[in-house]
Amino acid sequence: MTGAQPLEPLAQAGMRGARYAAWRFVLQRASAAVLALFVVVHLATIIYAVRHALSAQAIVARMHANVFWPAFYALFVVAVAVHAPLGLRAVADEWLGLRGRATDAALAVIALVLLGGGLYAVASLAG
Amino acid sequence: MATPVEDPPLPHAPAGERSGVEPTFPVRIWRGSAGGAFQQFDVPRRASQTVLDVVTHVQRHLDPTLAYRYACRVGMCGSCAMSVNGKARWTCRTHVDAVATGATLEIAPLSNLPIVRDLVVDMAPFFDKWAAARGQFKPTATRHDEFAKVSPSSPARRAIDATIECIGCGVCYASCDVVGWKPDYLGPAALNRAWTLVNDVRDGEGVARLRAVAAEGGCQSCHTHQSCTRSCPKHLSPTASIAGLKRLVAQALVKGKL
Repeated sequence: MTGAQPLEPLAQAGMRGARYAAWRFVLQRASAAVLALFVVVHLATIIYAVRHALSAQAIVARMHANVFWPAFYALFVVAVAVHAPLGLRAVADEWLGLRGRATDAALAVIALVLLGGGLYAVASLAG
Repeated sequence: MATPVEDPPLPHAPAGERSGVEPTFPVRIWRGSAGGAFQQFDVPRRASQTVLDVVTHVQRHLDPTLAYRYACRVGMCGSCAMSVNGKARWTCRTHVDAVATGATLEIAPLSNLPIVRDLVVDMAPFFDKWAAARGQFKPTATRHDEFAKVSPSSPARRAIDATIECIGCGVCYASCDVVGWKPDYLGPAALNRAWTLVNDVRDGEGVARLRAVAAEGGCQSCHTHQSCTRSCPKHLSPTASIAGLKRLVAQALVKGKL
């Protein structure tokens, strides 16, 4: 509990971290807004592909055919790489009591893995 | 503690009480500090009985060592808040009829605050966070200046109307999931207070307060569960206040003024 926590350090820590915390919040909300739209489009695409019995080759061919889908999925990957680590950060803090530099470093690795793996997959499909 | 005083007979007491055979019901009350346990008492069941009446009866007639806190008894001071059957409430304004659904009453100290003893919690962290959220009014005028003219119908003053009635009872703080998970979260009451002052045109704290409520553990930590709004005995909405702070912080950040 915070019973013995003195007042001033709490306030001073607040001054230092305010901008970072606010950026995390804004990026989390902005990426959520992107994902809300993109996940719907993604699901609609899957349903279309299934209902039209598109083969893997046909899907890859369409990915090659224009810049829209690679661009769409590249932005999708970026939004996920921003959103997921920030969400995990809150989960780690609130449910597991994990915070600090080591936790943030681990989350940065997760972000890079998501970004790198996702963009690699998109680049592979885009040919 | 003064000499125990006999409770006067209630005008609407059940017939059993007047005939000297009062029905009783079991009440479980938290005893000790964090490592304590519930102790059961049999308390007379009376008409229009509040939970505070029950606690007072236990202290006056059954165990004078029971520690609890109250002052006004009429919902003005906010000092008698406790956890009643798992929910934070003002005990003075809570009728036993309304909460003892399972015929048992369980009374515990407020959650999310250190227990001093029995039903008394240490409110220091709660009010420390008001201070950390810059909950003090910082005047911009002196006694030599004219009185500020604030239109009651202005949007900022109306926003204050929705928040100003907080009396700092701690019910919202004890009901908040995020406070339980994240001990440095400022909590609904402190943030509601900050939003009140942000809307006060006479206040000069400005961006310093916004920084204080934007930091780790500030307004962005709110999950919008609305437990504070549901539990507030004054029917305020700290959730709306926190949403206002989030909006303002984001705007200030984007404009490079945070």
